[in-house]
Amino acid sequence: MIRSITKQKPFEEVLELLSGLDRIFLAGCGTCTTLCRTGGMPEVLEMASKLGEKGKIVTGQMVIPVACDELTHEAVEDHKQAFSEAEAVLMMSCAYGVQTMSKQVGLPAIPALDTLFVGKEMGLGRFDEVCTQCGSCVLGLTGGICPVTACHKGLLNGPCGGTNNGKCEIDSDKDCAWTLIYLKLKEQGKLDLMRKYHDLRNHNVEPKPGKIRLPLE
Amino acid sequence: MNRSFKEVLGSGKFVVTSELGPPKGTNLENMIHHVDLLKDKVDAINVTDHQSSVMRYPSLGGALIVKERGGEPILQMTCRDRNRMALQADLMFAYSRGITNVLCLTGDAVVVGDHKQAKGVFDLDSSQLLTAIRTMESGKDLGGSDLDGAVNFCAGAIVTPEANPIEPQLIKFEKKIAAGAEFIQTQAIYDLDNFKRFMDYARPFGVKIMAGVILLTSWRMAEFMNKNVPGVFVPQPLIEEIKSAPKGGAIAKGVEIAGRMIRRIKEESICDGVHVMAIGKEELVPDILKEAGLANGS
Ligand code: SF4
Ligand code: SF4
Repeated sequence: MIRSITKQKPFEEVLELLSGLDRIFLAGCGTCTTLCRTGGMPEVLEMASKLGEKGKIVTGQMVIPVACDELTHEAVEDHKQAFSEAEAVLMMSCAYGVQTMSKQVGLPAIPALDTLFVGKEMGLGRFDEVCTQCGSCVLGLTGGICPVTACHKGLLNGPCGGTNNGKCEIDSDKDCAWTLIYLKLKEQGKLDLMRKYHDLRNHNVEPKPGKIRLPLE
Repeated sequence: MNRSFKEVLGSGKFVVTSELGPPKGTNLENMIHHVDLLKDKVDAINVTDHQSSVMRYPSLGGALIVKERGGEPILQMTCRDRNRMALQADLMFAYSRGITNVLCLTGDAVVVGDHKQAKGVFDLDSSQLLTAIRTMESGKDLGGSDLDGAVNFCAGAIVTPEANPIEPQLIKFEKKIAAGAEFIQTQAIYDLDNFKRFMDYARPFGVKIMAGVILLTSWRMAEFMNKNVPGVFVPQPLIEEIKSAPKGGAIAKGVEIAGRMIRRIKEESICDGVHVMAIGKEELVPDILKEAGLANGS
């Protein structure tokens, strides 16, 4: 399952964003931010009490099952009264959820979290960024490991000079993607794939913002 | 300096290059002093490009100064800060001003330097930058349009012979040669027996190889590099040798070691030349060359 990976903004920044707004509806998300421990029920309750200490009135709070889903409007319906009393919604979801909520209600939807990357859960509490949707997938040539994403510099033709005993020059906690690709291809007896020269990348396969319209009836 | 670097490479002579890092700021006095000190003692002078991702006076500006003062510059170009449009523009500018040697590098990550929040570009990698140069030499730009006036460069790249694992590094080395690298300057090497093994592998590719020699100024520096600089390995006996130097004599010992290594590389024809890096102690390069028996630019 892919997950939107978030971290909490510093509380001072949240207060800054809420300045002049006294009555707040607080919404977490039951999916990714619950998993990341950034916007599940415990974090929502903690935020409610911290806001209370700062004199804010929390008109209502909830954990929306999937905040980025269009069904979010049903959650809004269920809490109609509390929403109508609020001046803003403080979202403890990822930015997809913030944008979804923003479309559903007339109130400002304010992020309490920073969205870091779309990642994959690799084990309890471990999330890795493994694809950045580049529009031209090379996984078939790289042993299923993405150099565009897992290599800090997004290099296609092999390691840079900073590769350090299997680790990346930027952080000894991060693997060098090209060492991983090398070991994988070697194990598969496919090192020849690594010798293939990749020409210059197209950085505009789908120019930002991505938009696809399927010709459906 | 009357021969171009390309001519030197073709002459069969033992090639000696060195390098300078431009200043942080616009006071160029020290750099000019070092250019004047080195320009007649080495075959070419590399000018580094925001080395270690620390923002400085540009390599292009430094290379121009080398050129203006009668030296032969090697323009270091990384892919960290410029996309393919800016790289092509700078290549044309360099060529139009008589800078004809380029060392193509991927570049260090932005986050290791002093502008940690900057955007790292890496539109191209080092092998693709070589491809870009060869494409522009054919009279076309990377968008496929004709150039009114092409470029012509002696282009090189680097390799890290002590990288671990080594095979991915060698695969990249071969890609760089296939993409048009004419010379290779290596990351610092200290274990010449290891380096000989690398040369046994590399020699058949026919590209000119200059061994990287970094001046060791203290045993702490050696240990620091072992710990922190990827692909650099200073063997323990060398560290002991510097430790054994009399008080205040570590630098002289470092000069002696560097000179001895260069001498051996030349005498045993281990590779085609050396690239001497003194990192801030450029005034010692002539001493190193003297120690190596190359006092008059070999
Ligand atoms: S190459 Fe990497 S970033 Fe691009 S689509 Fe494939 S996995 Fe995603
Ligand atoms: S060390 Fe490896 S992962 Fe890090 S930038 Fe270099 S090639 Fe990429």
